[in-house]
Amino acid sequence: MVKYVIKRLLLAALTLFVIMSMCFILIKLLPLPAVTGSEATVAIIEARREAMGYYLPIMEQFFLFWQRIFTSFDWGIGESMYQTQSVLEIIGQKLPATIGVNVYSLIFSIPIGIGLGIFAAVKKNKWQDHTISTLVMVFISVPSFVLAFIIQYVFCYKLGWFGLHVNRVDSTMNVWAQIFSPSMFVSMIPAIASLAFGTIAGFTRYTRAELSEVLTSDYMLLARTKGLTRRQATIRHALRNAMVVIFPMILGQFISVLAGSLIIEQIFGIPGIGALYVNSITVRDYNFFMAISAFYTAIGLVAGIVIDLSYGFIDPRIRIGAK
Amino acid sequence: MTNETQNIMDIPAEKFAFAQTDKKLGDKKLQTKPVSYMRDAWRRFAKNKSSIVGMVIIVFLLLFSLIAPLVSQYSVEYSDGAYRNVLPKISANADGGFWDGTERYESNLATYQYNIAIGVESGREAVKKEYGTSTVVIEGEETTLYSYRRDTYNAVGYMFQTLTYDQFAALQEYQNSTGIQIVYPVVDKDAMLSSSDANYWYQTVSTGAHRGEAMLDENGDFIPLYLTGPASSYDRYDSLRIAGDPGIDDPESEDAYRYYRVVQGGVEVRVLYYEYYVYQHGFEPVHIFGATGTGADLFTLVASGTQFSFLLAIGVSIVNLIIGAIYGAIEGFYGGKIDLVMERIADILNGVPFMIVAVLLNMHFAETLGVVGALIFAFVLTGWIGTAATVRMQFYRYKKQEYVLAARTLGARDRRLIMKHIYPNALGTIITSAALYIPSVIFSETSLAYLGIINLNNPSEGLISLGSLLTTGQSAISLGFVHIMLFPAIVIALLMISFNLFGNGLRDAFNPSLRGADS
Repeated sequence: MVKYVIKRLLLAALTLFVIMSMCFILIKLLPLPAVTGSEATVAIIEARREAMGYYLPIMEQFFLFWQRIFTSFDWGIGESMYQTQSVLEIIGQKLPATIGVNVYSLIFSIPIGIGLGIFAAVKKNKWQDHTISTLVMVFISVPSFVLAFIIQYVFCYKLGWFGLHVNRVDSTMNVWAQIFSPSMFVSMIPAIASLAFGTIAGFTRYTRAELSEVLTSDYMLLARTKGLTRRQATIRHALRNAMVVIFPMILGQFISVLAGSLIIEQIFGIPGIGALYVNSITVRDYNFFMAISAFYTAIGLVAGIVIDLSYGFIDPRIRIGAK
Repeated sequence: MTNETQNIMDIPAEKFAFAQTDKKLGDKKLQTKPVSYMRDAWRRFAKNKSSIVGMVIIVFLLLFSLIAPLVSQYSVEYSDGAYRNVLPKISANADGGFWDGTERYESNLATYQYNIAIGVESGREAVKKEYGTSTVVIEGEETTLYSYRRDTYNAVGYMFQTLTYDQFAALQEYQNSTGIQIVYPVVDKDAMLSSSDANYWYQTVSTGAHRGEAMLDENGDFIPLYLTGPASSYDRYDSLRIAGDPGIDDPESEDAYRYYRVVQGGVEVRVLYYEYYVYQHGFEPVHIFGATGTGADLFTLVASGTQFSFLLAIGVSIVNLIIGAIYGAIEGFYGGKIDLVMERIADILNGVPFMIVAVLLNMHFAETLGVVGALIFAFVLTGWIGTAATVRMQFYRYKKQEYVLAARTLGARDRRLIMKHIYPNALGTIITSAALYIPSVIFSETSLAYLGIINLNNPSEGLISLGSLLTTGQSAISLGFVHIMLFPAIVIALLMISFNLFGNGLRDAFNPSLRGADS
């Protein structure tokens, strides 16, 4: 087990290294964007570029890049956005908003999704199941941004219950406290709902598929013959076994919380990582682009490992890595 | 050897005789028709209602995207700023409050009169129906609000146009032959509320709280601000005159209306834009899905956006299907070290978020390959991994089966084994994975275009994406023009739902054992 974990981690680290190296080289092949802004800012950025070796041959830069990251985890400074500020610091400021929206949406999605899934599985092939399954199909297919538009138009514009965008965040004060304040929560409701529909549909589908399979298995019949009521058998036996598949999915979702949703953040003006990433691409701020790309890639890889490993933790019968 | 076999061996050959020679021996021919793999799958597919629904929607959207640009009177490049943001109108004569280009509108007296005045001159009414008034208090002052149904096409009203003498003559010729009034009397620009807005042909209050409201005469009519002069001094106009013009009876009267103003290089006239538009284009302005903020026809744009999505998604998935099938086959068939190395490569590519690939390739190749070329490259670079993985699995499953071993023993080469004996088994899974890949391509393309990361909004070159239409639609939400967002959103939603239904149906049809298991 330990050997397997180490192997997976090393492999992920290697993958990350290769991806980031390719990214770095591809970006360095592009011309450096011109620096604009006040004279002092331009001077600082130019000096920083000189110090970081931006004018050296690419292979030398490549070496310096990894050296900086391994020794001081330095991702450079903002050049066209948040000029002269540390990239890492800005990312740290943006993270709470992304996490906030996604955690809220998950908190609502998990119980609703699993509940609906259980309900559909228990009522399999009855009208309740058909209705839920149809809705699940619709909400899984319809992209979250289409839903977001509808929600934004109906609830924010037409009914005027919420603002078109979420409240502003003052970066000079405690960002975490602002994001998790009640007024912020209210302004985030449209965004949370847009995200939640898809997630709920996903959980419902998984739970329904797993549970309906388990419900027909032999040990369920045995449980019933022993004299357990249907409810007891479902909760004690079926659900626990269905969780083997559902739990890793929840875990995976929680890790993906960090990555958030680029589009939802853009639509509702949430000051999170996703919006930062999109901006860094449109204004060509390569330092931000590199740092956030690394962040996203790492999250994807870690989520994959954690999901795989969690199977083994939940259900000891599944022996991860065994041949 | 036992005695008995010995004896049999001793029987001389000539003692044997054929039991029968006149009949060919063989198995009985099957009475029933054989069912091929494809037919079998189709039969299961046709039984599945939801996948048939999906297929019907796909066919409908495909036909829409192919036929609509052909029958539409507008092109993707077309735009006319006068009709920006006009509402959906199903046909030129549509009436009745639904899909006829009208909206319920509420405004103060000045705007209400402005809309009424448009209809007074030409009879082309901007106010279709009145719902009465209501009183609200704004900033401590009572204001009367007028509620009415406003025709967004007619509300464009009049425009100043500068024409050359020849154009002016041709326009008059058209007026004379059709009897439709296009040119309306010019207005004293100094007296107008706004000298660039040709709809202020009437006298208005120019200052104070009632600014913009019309000054009415004793009959309650608008007081026109027309310039006047005898026809002989303005002899370039000799055509229809509007009702109430003293020039109809006596063209030489000092009160006769003037229909043009001389400017450098020609004349400036005040035209009723709707009729002028018909004169110029030969058809009436009808936007079935309404118009965008630049006055482009949304119907045509949505259709070409859908066409683009279809072409891109289907093209990309065919290419990926081929690459994935070859890659997966090599991995799965040869296994061992080759598999290990190729799996690592696929793993690394799989770990890169698609966004990063798309952005990097766009930065590098947008100029040489074009934006679309770079996007296709990005899809092809990572899109085949899923197909390759399923093909690899199928190969691992089938290559060790006895019938493959039998074929190999009989001397079949690798190529024959792969093509004839293993692929047919994997075909269903491959087709399914390609069909389920299509919606994800459409999703990625529209999201990237929506975010503006990849610029797929270039109507002058005939390129438009549903995603970029949503971008324009979103900014129009706060202006209240919801149709610009609604139609592209509906089409995207339908595309995604129908392809998912279709793909799931295919999966169930090809692999009945997987029925109900969702991937």
